Amino acid sequence: MVHGLIAAVTLVCAIQAVRATRLLVSALWLAGASALVALEMYLLGAPEIAVIELSVGAGLVTVLFVFAINLTGEENLDARRMIPRPLAWTMLFIAGALLLIFILPGINQPATGQVYGAFREIFWEDRQLDTLLQIIMILAGVLGVLGLLSDQKTGQIAPYEEHGA
Amino acid sequence: MTISIPTAVLIIVLGLVGIGIYALLTTRHLIKVIVALQLLVKGAMLALVLAGHLTGQDDLGQSLAITVIIADTIVAVIGMALAVQVRRVVGTLDLRSLTSLRR
Repeated sequence: MVHGLIAAVTLVCAIQAVRATRLLVSALWLAGASALVALEMYLLGAPEIAVIELSVGAGLVTVLFVFAINLTGEENLDARRMIPRPLAWTMLFIAGALLLIFILPGINQPATGQVYGAFREIFWEDRQLDTLLQIIMILAGVLGVLGLLSDQKTGQIAPYEEHGA
Repeated sequence: MTISIPTAVLIIVLGLVGIGIYALLTTRHLIKVIVALQLLVKGAMLALVLAGHLTGQDDLGQSLAITVIIADTIVAVIGMALAVQVRRVVGTLDLRSLTSLRR
């Protein structure tokens, strides 16, 4: 019962994050969904990931969202949509059906894979390439943000102008 | 009716992925696109942890989930820096307006 309730509240948070017209409210609903996802991870027996998800997903990313929304300002574009709703629903049903076709056959099969060992051993010894890639990703992210947020005194991008007619 | 943890997590995974895909398809706001992407990736990440739990390889699933968390955060950070810059240069965050390369 409790798990069903957590699932329902998580999905309500996610729907509200998408539906909210104010961006700041949307970011806060996203933080709520993130915190509940972290709770589910903890209940699944993954406390390390739950802590990281809670601090990074619900904490850091929310702070960054608030920072970005303050810099860009609110802009209400919700009345217009990228593609028509019926088409979006059709594509969503196709994606859902494909997901279920791939997930359901394997969900009750007994575990056949090899159990490697403790989380620490896997993370630092078996999956060193992942760790290396994570370091590269963080460095690339830092460099990307520094490049994007710099004042661009040299090689400044020309302001966008409409070339009509 | 009692719902077990894996069933509840599976419902959350399907819900988050569905909401994320729908929002990605319909929204035109650059920051809302990042929100949708975050929801989608949270679903995928939870699916990795669930798959590890169900197959008895909890630690492998968790190890992969950490990589996903980091990649997701970097995507969000770059996306938001890009949004700030797009707003500064183009003046709007409407995705339909970002057509300056299509001249």
